[in-house]
Amino acid sequence: MALPKRIIKETERLMAEPAPGIQAIPHDDNLRYFDVIISGPAQSPFEGGDFKLELFLPEEYPMAPPKVRFLTKIYHPNIDKLGRICLDILKDKWSPALQIRTVLLSIQALLSAPNPDDPLANDVAQHWKENEQDAIKTARQWTAQYAHA
Amino acid sequence: MSAMDHDDDYMNEDDDGDDYTQDTQESWMDQDDDDDEDVEEDFGAGDGFEPVVADRDIKKGYQVEFEVHSIDDIVAFQTQEVAHVAGILGCRPEHAATLLRAFKWNKERLIERYMENPEDVANQAGVVMDADKQAVFSKSADGFECQICYTDDDDLDTVALHCGHRFHTECYAHYLQQKICEEGESRRIQCCQSKCTAIVDEATIEKLVPPDVLTRYRMLLIRTYVDDSVHLKWCPGPDCEYAIKCHVPQNQLQEVVPTVRCKCGFTSCFGCGLDDHQPCICILVKFWLKKCADDSETANWISANTKECLKCQTTIEKNGGCNHMTCKKCKYEFCWVCAGPWSDHGTAWYSCNRWEEKASVEARDSQARSRKALERYLHYYNRYANHIQSAKLSSVLLQKTAAKMEALQSTSTLSWIEVQFLRKACDVLLEARMTMKWTYAFAYFLKHDNMRDLFEDNQRDLEMAVENLNELLERPIPGVEGTGTLSTQNSSMSLGGGGVGIPTTASDPRGAPLSPLSKDISSASIPGTATPPPAAGAAVSVEEGIRVLRQQVLDKMGYLKTRREVLLTDTAQGLREHRWMLNVDLKTGVVNE
Repeated sequence: MALPKRIIKETERLMAEPAPGIQAIPHDDNLRYFDVIISGPAQSPFEGGDFKLELFLPEEYPMAPPKVRFLTKIYHPNIDKLGRICLDILKDKWSPALQIRTVLLSIQALLSAPNPDDPLANDVAQHWKENEQDAIKTARQWTAQYAHA
Repeated sequence: MSAMDHDDDYMNEDDDGDDYTQDTQESWMDQDDDDDEDVEEDFGAGDGFEPVVADRDIKKGYQVEFEVHSIDDIVAFQTQEVAHVAGILGCRPEHAATLLRAFKWNKERLIERYMENPEDVANQAGVVMDADKQAVFSKSADGFECQICYTDDDDLDTVALHCGHRFHTECYAHYLQQKICEEGESRRIQCCQSKCTAIVDEATIEKLVPPDVLTRYRMLLIRTYVDDSVHLKWCPGPDCEYAIKCHVPQNQLQEVVPTVRCKCGFTSCFGCGLDDHQPCICILVKFWLKKCADDSETANWISANTKECLKCQTTIEKNGGCNHMTCKKCKYEFCWVCAGPWSDHGTAWYSCNRWEEKASVEARDSQARSRKALERYLHYYNRYANHIQSAKLSSVLLQKTAAKMEALQSTSTLSWIEVQFLRKACDVLLEARMTMKWTYAFAYFLKHDNMRDLFEDNQRDLEMAVENLNELLERPIPGVEGTGTLSTQNSSMSLGGGGVGIPTTASDPRGAPLSPLSKDISSASIPGTATPPPAAGAAVSVEEGIRVLRQQVLDKMGYLKTRREVLLTDTAQGLREHRWMLNVDLKTGVVNE
């Protein structure tokens, strides 16, 4: 099926002016599938790490949200061990006026501001709530161990 | 004497009914004080629903008031409410509708809040009340690019809600279709723009989506109306499209069993949505069904019938032989009677004299308790299950009854309408069986006291009435039984629910019929069984036999109905008076035997 104009234009713009700290490149053989790399935001426990993600635009896009998943292991209360992300705009708060760029920026923001009150990974969230310093330490270790190229 | 008591109870019903109404209304008020979020306030006059005052007088003590409404009624209610609110607030109906949906149709609260702070209320609901600020359809101007499809051609059809976020009309329609058809959303479809809370109102949706999507949208809106209202529920009957309105709140369910009967004929409980379970309250039904479904009773059986090897903990069932047990697994030898080691027993192999040892006593006590608990459960469960089984066989009884009704019409001068009493009797019987079934679940959770004895007296009377009527319905009709079709039917008749064991028999001193009426009936002999069936030609005596039978069926049916009502009325009254002492913790479901 021909790619909708929206996806073509959006990809062009994304390549022309990428968001800082975010790289998203479509596959040659499937323009709906993107390889994404997000750099860990400064002053976060993920600083210095490069996190790989996959992003897929489903048939209904942009009426339905893109599917996004972390491929790099990450110690974060809103991201589980399969890399699934708990983020409202990826679910019921999706709007067709949002784009790949805004989604990835929101994920980057989530790395800066973990929300242990709305957890996906319960054990991590528990850790974060009970001993934030210790949890951040673990997150740093994981970043060093898994997110360095 | 006991029958007199029941009569008194019966006479008092009207008073009880009133008490009940007052009680519930008081508690509603309490609730309102406690919780502002509650939706009970709309139970005032002018809420668009006509209370069924006329019916109140004929409601029995165990019945609740309810109304059955069709989809058309519900649409009419909504329209009426919307028009009313639109009139008060002076706004367009679609905006009033959005506001009402945001307030879950609590009109009073909406109006109150709106009068306090119209802006806030409108903003939160995603509405702009200003009649000039409607959705604007227009052609795209220079430099416009739809943020959904990224098209920037000139002369595009576009639309923007009052919030001003403008999109391509086609994209908007596509978006709405996705929301309605894929996500089943209806009352809170927001503007396409991310984080914009403006609600797409009904009038705008009407202009944007194709007719089939619009139909679905309307259907979803009706559903949310029923789902949002605590007093409305869909009838759980198969393929039924009626909704039932009932004003029994959730916190009353420990005192009332709100049985409702839909126009489709399906009888259900408004509280829990299960099939009718009079006279047992919802929470006990839940515990009972869980208990029956769990294999907790398997564990009980094991603890009642087996012992564990003291050494290797293997479970052992003794199925014969002497008390000298040798564990097959670890070869440990012990005494079955006292559970102590066999070596202490010396040569007293066949008579354990260590019965009084403390350890042995404790082991035996715990076994005895669980054995008793199991027996108690099985007592109630068997009777409960019997009625389920008999009800399952009801189709056989109905078939046979239909055949009998046909035979009656062909052999006698009785018309179709005159043989309907048989069908009616079957219905009454089935209804009573369903009640019987739940009386056993209820009794299982009752503490043993005088009140339970009274309950079980009523239960026994009803059980006897059920079996009497069942027996009569199973009996061949004198004079008609000779016909070929019926005699084959007869052979299979013994299947038809006759197999229910009556827990108490007439020989039981407590089992004697309590009312004079039942005495008459049980002593009445059935002609046609005592005397040989009349010859085929003797039409007059056949007619006579049928007349007698008809009278008997009607009597027993009437008696059964009375017994059922006595039991239900008394149980319902007991619930309201908190007369029944339960042996179960309603929070945990743990039964204290």
